[in-house]
Amino acid sequence: MRRTLKALVFFAGLLLAWEAVCLARIWSPVLVPSPVSVGRYLWEAANDGTLGSATVVTLRRLVLGYCFGLAIGLPLGLLTARFKVVGDTLGLLALGLQTLPSVCWVPLALLWFGQTEAAMFFVVVMGTIWSVIIATENGVKNVPPIYARAARTMGSSGLHTWLRVLLPAALPFIVGGMKQGWAFAWRSLMAAEIYVTILSGFGLGHLLHYGRELNAMEQVIGIMLVLLLIGLIADKVLFSPWERFLHRRWGTAK
Amino acid sequence: MTLQTEVQNEASSKLSVQHVSKTFRSRARVVHALDDVSLDVGEGEFVCLVGPSGCGKSTLLNIIAGLDLADGGRVLTDGAPVAAPGRDRMMMFQESALFPWLDVLSNVLFGLKLKPGLDAGERRKVAEFYLKLVGLEKFHRAFVHELSGGMKQRVALARALAPNPRALLMDEPFAALDALTREQLYGDLQRIWQERKKTIVFVTHNVREACCLGDRVVLFSPHPGRIREEFKIDLPRPRDINSVDLARYSTRITAALKNYARPESGAELVEVAE
Ligand SMILES: Nc1ncnc2c1ncn2[C@@H]1O[C@H](COP(=O)(O)OP(=O)(O)OP(=O)(O)O)[C@@H](O)[C@H]1O
Ligand SMILES: [Mg+2]
Repeated sequence: MRRTLKALVFFAGLLLAWEAVCLARIWSPVLVPSPVSVGRYLWEAANDGTLGSATVVTLRRLVLGYCFGLAIGLPLGLLTARFKVVGDTLGLLALGLQTLPSVCWVPLALLWFGQTEAAMFFVVVMGTIWSVIIATENGVKNVPPIYARAARTMGSSGLHTWLRVLLPAALPFIVGGMKQGWAFAWRSLMAAEIYVTILSGFGLGHLLHYGRELNAMEQVIGIMLVLLLIGLIADKVLFSPWERFLHRRWGTAK
Repeated sequence: MTLQTEVQNEASSKLSVQHVSKTFRSRARVVHALDDVSLDVGEGEFVCLVGPSGCGKSTLLNIIAGLDLADGGRVLTDGAPVAAPGRDRMMMFQESALFPWLDVLSNVLFGLKLKPGLDAGERRKVAEFYLKLVGLEKFHRAFVHELSGGMKQRVALARALAPNPRALLMDEPFAALDALTREQLYGDLQRIWQERKKTIVFVTHNVREACCLGDRVVLFSPHPGRIREEFKIDLPRPRDINSVDLARYSTRITAALKNYARPESGAELVEVAE
């Protein structure tokens, strides 16, 4: 409760400082809109539905692509750790592609898929998958061998060992990889939305882009706030439970 | 009643190690870990293996467990050759090797879930039975990192006992614990061994520990790993690690051990009981 209060005070202070800067008229209000005008934009955009529908479009793209990337990346990561051939081939490829800034997939996606949802999906999947593969592989390789040996003496083998011992033992690494994958996917999706108009749906990135085109700074800043909020909520809702789980079980602040 | 039959004492098994050799080859060197080792362990016998570091005690235990394969020779349990790990032989390690993602009860249940013929309720009863046996009935829901080193080894013991093996293989299970905790566990292990009638092969560096626990103490020497001498410990149970009679045995065995670990053989001296 105390922590929430402190956070509230901090953000209220930030808002006040912002308002004070605007009132002092150091910069033109076109470049630095006041929090009130940003708030007004957000209120109107929320009321006429543009904000809601753009958020839905963006989140749908993100969640679909991310879940798909996870569903493919996890098993591929396990295979990479399990089979030397896969590690030497796919593992190396994943390591290389993971270092590639995920925005770099946008031009390729546009050439391959045109201005379609498929292009967006592709960009998000590419942002997710390599981090997840690398993290899963790393995690499994770092599992103390004694766990698998102990499990073997108790009659575990094959798939059972993989699903019941190696996978959970690698969880601290995997959650880290999932988080990184999410961050990469989120960033590349925004880049794609800002630079590419896709007729199948207006996302938050498009609103940001049009804000710039129309010189509507309060729209740009308003959308940035929404993006920031989504990032925060995703972190708290998606990853905090996992991290609490890890903390409780492993006794670490991973 | 399945719970009854499940926790019933099965006849403990007779282990027979026959002419076992094992060599590890890496690019840098060849280590002759075991050289023609033969050892018979009777039903319900408690045998301690003692020797300097690197003389192949863990290797032998792993081969008996079926985790490793011998290059030559064979291991029989009740006459049947060992080729793979089996529920009749459970192993305990120096590190507890408990799973941090499971709570205490689920750790004990892990092996039981792999054992056919039990339903969920029975498995739980069995697990609770063994946690009570090691004195941890109040810690079902605790996680591994919340336990002390001694408690961890108790859980590991319960986990090893739960599938009702006929032999227990213990690789320096108490080496990382403080003296006081160890003493408690010596008492508990002797009690459980007598109650549950297991065959136990116990590896240790600590000669006094070996004298306290074992019916027989087997001395190893390194490079290559061989059995050099055996001592029968004729002391009544339960034994106290601090008793004078026990100290006499341990002095004799320590002297013999030093003799086999002379510096020219390149082996380090063993840690001797305090
Ligand atoms: N997987 C392995 N690969 C290569 N060498 C090994 C391997 N396992 C054991 N060795 C070697 O075999 C020898 C015997 O090892 P082992 O672990 O059985 O000794 P130990 O008697 O248990 O020693 P300690 O008392 O220190 O645990 C050692 O010299 C060790 O270096
Ligand atoms: Mg050892």
